[in-house]
Amino acid sequence: MKPFDFQRADRLEHAAQLCADEGTRAIAGGTNLIDLMKLQVETPQTLVDIHRLPLGRIDDTDDGGLRIGALATNTATAVHERVRREYPLLARAILAGASQQLRNKATTGGNLCQRTRCYYFTNIDQPCNKREPGSGCGALKGVARLHAVLGTSDECIATYPGDMAVAMAALGAVVEIADAKGHTRNVPVRDFHCLPGDTPWRDNVLEDGEIITAVILPPPVAGRQLYRKVRERSSYAFAMVSVAAIVALEDGRFTRADLAFGGLAHKPWQDPRLSALLLGKEPSAKLFDEAADVLLDGAQSYGENAYKIPLARRTLTAVLAEATGMEL
Amino acid sequence: MSAHLKQDEPDTRNVLDGMEQGIIGQPLARPDGLAKVTGTAPYAAEYPVADCLEGVLVTAPFTRGEITAIDKASVLSMPGVVAVIDDERLTARAAQGTAGEAPEQPAREVGYFGQPIALVVAQSFEQARDAAKHLTFDYRADDLDDVPLDPETAGAEPQDGATRQGDLAQAMSAAAHSVDVTYTTEGHNSAAMEPHAAIAQWDGTKLTVHASLQMLNYNIAELADALGLQEEQVRLISRYVGGGFGSKLGISEETVAASIAAMELERPVRVVLSRQQVFQTIMRRSETKQRLRLSADKDGHLTGFGHEARVSQLPGETFAEPVLQSSEFLYAGENRLLQLEVARIHRMTAGSVRAPGEAVGMPALESAMDMLAQQVGIDPVELRLRNIPERHPSEGLPYSSRKLAECLEQGAKAFGWDSGARQPRQHRDGEWWIGTGMASAARVHNVAEARARVTLKPDGTALVETDMTDIGTGTYSIVGQVAGEMLGLPMDQVLVELGDTEFPRGPGSGGSWGASSIGSAVFVACEELRAKLASKAGVSTDELKLKDGGVVGGATLVELLDGEELSFEGHYEPGDIADDYTASGYGAFFAQVRVNRFTGETRVDRMLGAFGFGRVLNAKTARSQCLGGIVWSIGTALTESLLFDPVDGHVVNCDLAEYHVPVHRDVPDLEVIMVEERDPAASPIQAKGIGELGMCGGAAAIGNAIYNACGARVLSFPMTPDKVIAAMPD
Repeated sequence: MKPFDFQRADRLEHAAQLCADEGTRAIAGGTNLIDLMKLQVETPQTLVDIHRLPLGRIDDTDDGGLRIGALATNTATAVHERVRREYPLLARAILAGASQQLRNKATTGGNLCQRTRCYYFTNIDQPCNKREPGSGCGALKGVARLHAVLGTSDECIATYPGDMAVAMAALGAVVEIADAKGHTRNVPVRDFHCLPGDTPWRDNVLEDGEIITAVILPPPVAGRQLYRKVRERSSYAFAMVSVAAIVALEDGRFTRADLAFGGLAHKPWQDPRLSALLLGKEPSAKLFDEAADVLLDGAQSYGENAYKIPLARRTLTAVLAEATGMEL
Repeated sequence: MSAHLKQDEPDTRNVLDGMEQGIIGQPLARPDGLAKVTGTAPYAAEYPVADCLEGVLVTAPFTRGEITAIDKASVLSMPGVVAVIDDERLTARAAQGTAGEAPEQPAREVGYFGQPIALVVAQSFEQARDAAKHLTFDYRADDLDDVPLDPETAGAEPQDGATRQGDLAQAMSAAAHSVDVTYTTEGHNSAAMEPHAAIAQWDGTKLTVHASLQMLNYNIAELADALGLQEEQVRLISRYVGGGFGSKLGISEETVAASIAAMELERPVRVVLSRQQVFQTIMRRSETKQRLRLSADKDGHLTGFGHEARVSQLPGETFAEPVLQSSEFLYAGENRLLQLEVARIHRMTAGSVRAPGEAVGMPALESAMDMLAQQVGIDPVELRLRNIPERHPSEGLPYSSRKLAECLEQGAKAFGWDSGARQPRQHRDGEWWIGTGMASAARVHNVAEARARVTLKPDGTALVETDMTDIGTGTYSIVGQVAGEMLGLPMDQVLVELGDTEFPRGPGSGGSWGASSIGSAVFVACEELRAKLASKAGVSTDELKLKDGGVVGGATLVELLDGEELSFEGHYEPGDIADDYTASGYGAFFAQVRVNRFTGETRVDRMLGAFGFGRVLNAKTARSQCLGGIVWSIGTALTESLLFDPVDGHVVNCDLAEYHVPVHRDVPDLEVIMVEERDPAASPIQAKGIGELGMCGGAAAIGNAIYNACGARVLSFPMTPDKVIAAMPD
C-alpha cells in the first residue's frame, strides 16, 4: 500500500471537486478498493471519504419506482420491504453476492464500481492492460477460468464480477451521476459499464469528478423475477454464469422477457435480440434453445473458460423453464 | 528423573481402562477454549513486544534464475525504513516436515515464482509493505522455454520402493471383471486461518522466537541450522497455532528472516506473511495423476490391484506425495503393482498438506472400487467387505487392530444405506438428481518419539510440560485427561503447558501422531509417579486406586506427598513394533448429494463417517477432528484447486476468495460414529491417529454419489459444475 492523503467530504459538490483530480478515489464501504490498495493494484494519492454524504436513503419515486441512494448498503437494499416485495430479483442478486459481513459494508455505488477479479489484474507482477495499459494480457495465455466469452477484445477478457448490477440491468434501472457543478446525468445500468475494446482500463462511463448519487428503479412490472447464480461453492464465490430474468406470460405466450447475464462479459450482458425472439411466442425447449443460440452466437472462449458457453445455455434454459413453469 | 519406554510389543495391559478417575475419553470442553473464543489467547504475531520492528518479505517476479544485485538504497531513504536484509542465510523455501535441518539456502537462487528473496524492515508494517514493493534488484531469469512447469510433460523419475507382485497385466486380462481408469486431482493449499508469522528477539546470546509452528522439536534444529547457531541458543514458543494442516511442520521463510533481522538490528522484528505469500511460498500438495487397475473374479474378489501415480516436486526436494500409502494394505489382490513417480517442475515446494497421500490417493482408489462394484453388480459396501485381507497383501504382516468391517456395517446401518441394486437417476427433486455413495477410509498410523515432564506438586495438583503443540486439535485437553486419569485428578487439578522448547521435547503435531505419541510420553511418566505413590501408600502399583486427589478410601495425595514434589520425564519411543504389525486407522463414508441437471452444481445433502482409530481420548475433540476431516473431504470433492499459470508457473488463485474451501452452506449436518476400539500395538494408551482420517476417502463417497445421482462419472477432482456437465449423459 502506498501512502496516501485522506480527506473527508461533507457535501456532494465538495466530494466531486476533490474527485476531479486524477489520482483521487472516492471511498465508501471500501470492501474492494482497500484490498486492491494493499496489493498495490490501486495506488491513489488521495482518498476522499464520502460515507457521510446524505446518500444512504431508499425512497419512493413519484412515478412509483424506487430511488436507492448510492450509500445505501447492500444489506439495507436487500432487506428493504419494497425491494423484497416488488423487486425480488434485486434482493436475490444482492444476497447471492459476497458474504453478510461484506454486504453490511458495501454500498450501491461502490458495488457498481467494483473491479474485476481477474487473477492477472490483481497481481502486479503480471501483465494486465487494465491495470497497466500496454503491458499485455496475462489471462489470454494463462488461467482464464473466470473470464469472459462475450464482448471480449484482444486487450482484455476480464469479467465484471458483480451480481447486483446484473439484476439492475434486467430491471431497466438508471444510474444517477452528479458532478462538481451540481449537474446530474442519468445513465441506464445497461450502458454504465464498458466493453474492454482498446480501452480496457475503462470499467465504466464515470468521468473524473463524477460521483454516483443513486440508482433509480422504474415502477415494478408484472412477471416472475428470478436470479440464478451458478458456482461450485454455494456462497462467497463469483458467478461462473448468472442469469437475471423478469418473465411474464399471457395466454401462454411471452409478454415480457427481460434478461441479463453475469459472468460472461466485461459488463452485465444484455442482448435485445433475446426479448425480440421470445416475445409473443409460446415457451418450448426448442425456443429456449434458439434463445441460447442467439445469446451465444458471438461467444469466444479462451481455454479454461470454454465451459461457460454450454453452461450459459443450460442455465438460460433452466431459468426460462422455471420462470414459465415448464417441465423439461 | 526420567522414565523410558521403547515399545517393541503390544501393550495389552490396557492400563487406562483400569483407572478410577473416569475422565479418559469423556467429551470434556477444552481448557483453552474460553481464551480462544474470547480472543485472549495470543497467537504468534500477537505477543506484545516493545520496540518491535516490522518486516515484509520481497518476492521474486520470475520463475527460475538468480538475484544478481539488490539496490538497498532504493528503499532505505523511504519513510521509516530501517534495513534491507539479504543475508546468505535467508531461506528460499519452507523445511519439509521432520527435516530437522535448514531448508534450501540462499534465497538469491530462485526456483519458483514468488520465492522470497529479501526482507525489508521498517518502523511500521505499512512502511515495510510499501518499501517491499519498491525495492529494486537485478536478476538473471532463465528462458521460460527451458523451465519445466507442466507435470504432464516434465521428465519424471520413478520412486524407489515400488511393489511388484505376480502379474497384474495377466490378472487383468484373465479377470471376470476389471477396471482400468485414470483419475486426476489438483494441487491443494493447507489454507490455515492464521498466516505464517514470527516475532524474533535476540539478547546477544539467545534468540527467542514466537512463531506459528507445528513441530518445535524439529523446528529448533531447522532454525539453528539455518542461522548457524547451537540449539541451546534458540528458544521457540508456539502456545497457540491457528491451524497448521501440514503447512507449519517445518520452519518457513518468515521465521528465518525475522531471526536474522533481529540479530542484525538488535531489535525485535515481526514478520507476517500476507495471504498471497502464504499461497505463493508455502508448500502445496502436489496435483496427481493416478491409474487404477483392479481385477476381480465373478464374485468381486480382487485378483489384481494396480495403483500407479505421478506427482510433482521442485528439483532437489525429496518429499513425494505418498499417494499409494494405504493402497499397499487396504485390499486384497495377489497380483500387485504400486509405483509412484515424481515429475520435476518449478512450482513452489510440494510438501505435506492435510493427510499427505491418502487425502488424494484414497478418493481415486475408492472411486475405482465403486466402478468395480457396478461392474460386478454387487453392493459397493459388500465389495469392500469381501476384500478385507487376512494379512498385509505384499508384506505378509498381521494387522494390529482393524475395525474396517465394523465401520462399513455400522455406518451403512446408521446412514440407512440401501444395499439393493444401484442405478443412476433413480431419484429426482425438481431440477436436482439425488444419489448416494460410499467409500472406505484408511490412514496409516504414525507414532513418534516423545518426551513430557509430569510433576506432582505438594498441593496435590499436577503440571505437565512439553514442547508439543496444540494446533487446534485438542492437545491441551487430551494431555490433561491422560495425566488426570492416571493420577486420579479431575481436569481442573492438572495444568498443561505446551509449545515452548524450554520444556521436554514432544513429538510435534503432524501425521495425526500427536495425541498417541505425547499421550504415551505422559502415560510413561505417570506410571512411574504411580509406582512412587504406591510405595508411599504401601500397596502394589496394580492395587493403587486413585480418584479425586487421593487413594480411594485412603490418604489424599497431599498427605502421601507430605510436602515432597515428585517429577518424572516420560520418554516414549515407538520401537520395533512397526516392523511386526500393519497399523492404520479405518473408516467408512456415506454421502447423499444432489446434482443440478442443468448446471451440474453439486450440493451435499448429508454425510456420515464411521471411524475406528483405537482409544478415543476425548470424545468431543475427536469428533471435531472427524467433522473437520469430512469438511476437507467436501472441499477435495467439489471445490478445492490450486490454479497455476501455464506460462510462468505462479499460483493465480492466491487468496481465500478465489481458493475455494467449503463455506458453511456447503456443509450439511454431518454424523460421526466412533467405533469402540483399543489397539494395543498402536501405542501404550491403545490410541491411534485421528485428525487426518476424516478426509481419507470421503471425496470418493461424494463423487460416487454424483454418479449415482446423475450418471456422470467424473474422473477428476474437484468435481466442479463444468466437469459434471461434460460427463453427464444427455
